[in-house]
Amino acid sequence: MANDHLTFDVHKGEIFGFLGANGAGKTTAIRILCGLSSPTSGDVNVAGFDIYRETEKIKKNIGYMSQKFSLYEDLTVSENIQLYAGIYGISAKKRKEKEAELLKKLGMGEARGKLIAGLPLGWKQKLAFSVAIFHDPKIVFLDEPTGGVDPVTRRKFWDLIYEAANNGITVFVTTHYMDEAEYCDRVSIMDAGKIEALDTPAKLKEKYQASNMDEVFLQIAR
Amino acid sequence: MIEISQISKSYEDVQALKEITLQVNEGELFGLIGPDGAGKTTLMRILMTLLLPDTGEAKMNGFDVIKDFKKIRHIVGYMPGRFSLYQDLSVEENLNFFATVFGTTVEKNYDLIRDIYYQIEPFKTRRAGKLSGGMKQKLALSCALIHKPKILVLDEPTTGVDAVSRKEFWEMLKKLQKKEITILVSTPYMDEATLCDRVALIQKGKILDVDSPRRITEKFPRKIIRARSDEMYRLINDLRAFKKAESVFAFGQYAHFTGIEDNVETTELDIYLEKLNHKNVLVEEIPPGIEDVFMSMQEQAVSSE
Repeated sequence: MANDHLTFDVHKGEIFGFLGANGAGKTTAIRILCGLSSPTSGDVNVAGFDIYRETEKIKKNIGYMSQKFSLYEDLTVSENIQLYAGIYGISAKKRKEKEAELLKKLGMGEARGKLIAGLPLGWKQKLAFSVAIFHDPKIVFLDEPTGGVDPVTRRKFWDLIYEAANNGITVFVTTHYMDEAEYCDRVSIMDAGKIEALDTPAKLKEKYQASNMDEVFLQIAR
Repeated sequence: MIEISQISKSYEDVQALKEITLQVNEGELFGLIGPDGAGKTTLMRILMTLLLPDTGEAKMNGFDVIKDFKKIRHIVGYMPGRFSLYQDLSVEENLNFFATVFGTTVEKNYDLIRDIYYQIEPFKTRRAGKLSGGMKQKLALSCALIHKPKILVLDEPTTGVDAVSRKEFWEMLKKLQKKEITILVSTPYMDEATLCDRVALIQKGKILDVDSPRRITEKFPRKIIRARSDEMYRLINDLRAFKKAESVFAFGQYAHFTGIEDNVETTELDIYLEKLNHKNVLVEEIPPGIEDVFMSMQEQAVSSE
């Protein structure tokens, strides 16, 4: 059983950390929340839509980014943005405005016509995240967005996450970096398909008498 | 022992390694610490005789990586970053295959792998492709050890692995080190650096520093102040707006602050944050960690380009 009677709420504008060991059932749960897979039983509402009947509406209202795949390597920066904007039905005029604004913010104006394949990993990740929220979704799902990148890039990526949450986007994020768990408003920890803990990092540390989230995680998942 | 002298390597227009010189001593647990694209894999592939350097030389236990490549292949064990075992062979078949290739048997060297292999032995008839991430990792390590190598090279064995499995993996490495195997391991996790005897911090094909993790943090000259308040995002932005701020980054539940010329006092920041109505403010000076050092070196390397 990949997910065993999961029950939890994530609030608007919240950064929600979804932690668990490899094979704990995180990916299964995310696939259900994104409308890509149906639960065997149970009720789920995402962005106010029902997971069984309204999967298409859910897809319009969420963004998704994973470490493994997010952008097309053999398309340019601008072509990737065009593709995503097209899929989400954003008008050409609006897309051009937003694209210019975005590339300026990321300091990537000169890379507009470059292929994704040739960009540094840190740029790819920032761009992938920005593309995932280009259509102003209510919720964005981030599946290990920071794996393998250098410590500075990792933190700059979290600056983007904070900013998105501050703008009212709900952020649902998985990570293996326990220091990143501290950056979340609330954290859930899964083990063997069940949620073993769910609270703010401060309360979890208090409950497990731990000095950091790494210790909390080791106590629960070991 | 691994001796690397002035090794450079380029791919088309990218210089992956720039005159790397490095020595790993016999029986040492040595870490190559650096992010994606730093050149860790390229260096390891050269040492494994799978790739030729453009210039420079390297020796593994005295054998030259170009002239003596066949000899080297008998004394090294390699665990590449991507799972490279036969997916459609069973656990047991994979292990037997690697033992046979090296002219030995599983029984003969079972002692060396017992601690690792017993955990996956109950699944020995399962195909390797059907194993979970953690089990694949254990099988790959068993296969890399089955011919009793003198030098073990592990390319990011803990990337994408959860915190518990990572901890267990490092405990296994410590045990192997006691069996007189020289271990070279790469990782993007800075916290794992502290588990090595010595580390090389590597970024964009260049070595930033080589030393014991303790020495690296001890000799770091900058003053690190950490701060906490109830609102992390606002705290970081406010600290960055402080007139004498050089860099501000999130570190778990704290933000780490370095001031221009290190002349910022904790009391100054305390007063500044209280004025901005931050609640539950805590500001204190702390000794730097490996990650602080790496980030500072990285910023310096970027700004001197």
